[in-house]
Amino acid sequence: MNDRIIFEDVSKFYGEVLGVNRISLTIPSGITALVGPNGSGKTTLMNLMTGLVQPSSGHISVLGLSPGSATEFFRDVGYCTQFDSFPRGLTGWQFIFDSLMLHGISKTEATRLTRESLERVQLGDAADRRIAGYSKGMRQKTRLAQAIAHHPRVLVLDEPLNGLDPLARAESIALFEELGRQGMHLLISSHILDEVDRIADRVVLITGGYLIAEGNIHQVRQEVREKPMQVLIRCDHPELLASKMFAINHCVEARLHADGKGLLLRTGDIDQFYSSLNGIAAEGLVKIEAVAPADDDANAIYQYLIGSDGSAL
Amino acid sequence: MRFAQQPWGLWFLQTWRLTRMELRRNLFTWRASWIYFLAFIPAIIILTHLVMDSHPPSAMSEDTAILADIIQFYYIRLAVFFGCLGIFSRLIRGEMIERSLHFYLLSPVRREVLLLGKFAAGSISAVLLFGAAISICFALIYAGFGAAGRDYIFNGPGLGQLEAYLAIVILACLGYGAVFLLLSMMFRNPTPAAMLVWGWEVINPLLPSLLQRVSVAFYLRHLMPVSVAGKGIFALLTVQTEPVSNWAAGLGLLVLIAVVLFYSCYRIRTLEIRYTTE
Repeated sequence: MNDRIIFEDVSKFYGEVLGVNRISLTIPSGITALVGPNGSGKTTLMNLMTGLVQPSSGHISVLGLSPGSATEFFRDVGYCTQFDSFPRGLTGWQFIFDSLMLHGISKTEATRLTRESLERVQLGDAADRRIAGYSKGMRQKTRLAQAIAHHPRVLVLDEPLNGLDPLARAESIALFEELGRQGMHLLISSHILDEVDRIADRVVLITGGYLIAEGNIHQVRQEVREKPMQVLIRCDHPELLASKMFAINHCVEARLHADGKGLLLRTGDIDQFYSSLNGIAAEGLVKIEAVAPADDDANAIYQYLIGSDGSAL
Repeated sequence: MRFAQQPWGLWFLQTWRLTRMELRRNLFTWRASWIYFLAFIPAIIILTHLVMDSHPPSAMSEDTAILADIIQFYYIRLAVFFGCLGIFSRLIRGEMIERSLHFYLLSPVRREVLLLGKFAAGSISAVLLFGAAISICFALIYAGFGAAGRDYIFNGPGLGQLEAYLAIVILACLGYGAVFLLLSMMFRNPTPAAMLVWGWEVINPLLPSLLQRVSVAFYLRHLMPVSVAGKGIFALLTVQTEPVSNWAAGLGLLVLIAVVLFYSCYRIRTLEIRYTTE
């Protein structure tokens, strides 16, 4: 299990305040989204993983390493925190160069990696300016550049899209996708669920310090069986399809699409639903053009499991 | 893992690089200007005295005693104490207040190495500042005596006294530095605790002999090359209850520093980043 991030029954209490409670998780490589409302324990989980806070109980292993062995651990782990602050008086270049020098590498290598990381986040032109004069988005990019500069195998990103304009956000997402494809472990917390949904292979839902659900987004959605799933069907006779579907017990709601060429159906048993749909299509009375899940995404899972007010349902 | 198998070379390199970074960030900043003022104000006063007053050779022993007073009462009791408080409490606590300590804790540097690198940087800063200031004071005190002054320095006890003062200031910076580095990890605001330490140092001669040894000033008093007879309330600061040899005083202080640093290393291993509580 040396290729995974493992939380074993991890709890963290700040005095009497609960940070996270009895979290057990196994995270393989790829992009994992950590989703939850403010104060849910996302940052605590990331801080626990990187040793910035110590667990009250339980054990954490990142690719078989523990943050206590800093020399080995932080060669493989990069953490882009939410803290929008830097050591005083440094330029973007100095900040990243100094960080790399602490790895014990040569000046030449540190220079090469600094240039590479700044270019990756499109910050090469501003490298020699003081960080104090950077915009919020530039500071965010600087932190990201510092976290990826040493080519870690695990990248932890706490709200990495905050403060970025749409173009920078798209560039960052493209970078995360590229890193994910390269086999890195990316753990990303974000409030921007649409973008999380686009890039994440897996989702970890957390609220009030408790783990609500984890796994592949589609699998998690299917496991939320008490919430009927929505499916959008594009077809030539939506009214006829609706009447046939309502004859089946598990279909609980049907809405005609505004353009009259589609139907939005809610079903309590998705497997049975697809089986019935196949039967109707085989009869040939309705020509089905497309079928797509309408609430099989991180946003829907968040709404169903956590709710818009942030309290677990 | 055996002692010899540890990556000592890497740790040494990391300590050296950390020290250089810290020196660059801490020694040459406007924020350190009050410590420069604290260090060099006696030199300015002595310079004024040198320019304004005459220096008959008969006054040399009096000026030697004045220099010893300045070092014992001003530098050791005040300037080095509060200068080290400013320098060393900034190294960890200051970074927590500025919310930038996590960058160090997220680097592939053992926390003990980080602490020792910061301690080295603080010590070098303090020793450079106060060592330079005391050397200038020393030079200015004897400059007014011309050939007699030069003779006192190079052919008399002068150079030996300067060496002793520099050794004292080095030990004082290391001793107070280690204490304030630890206090800055234990308390959000280390100043009240530092004031308690200051009070402890003042009343040290009145304490039982065993407790006297838990003090930086106790050891430094015994290393003074010129005995200082304090008057009035200052007499309290110069009482020597039991004689201690120079080597025992130096070694005793180094042991005290090692114990404090050892405990600091233990503290930093469990240090948590919770900026919201700062």
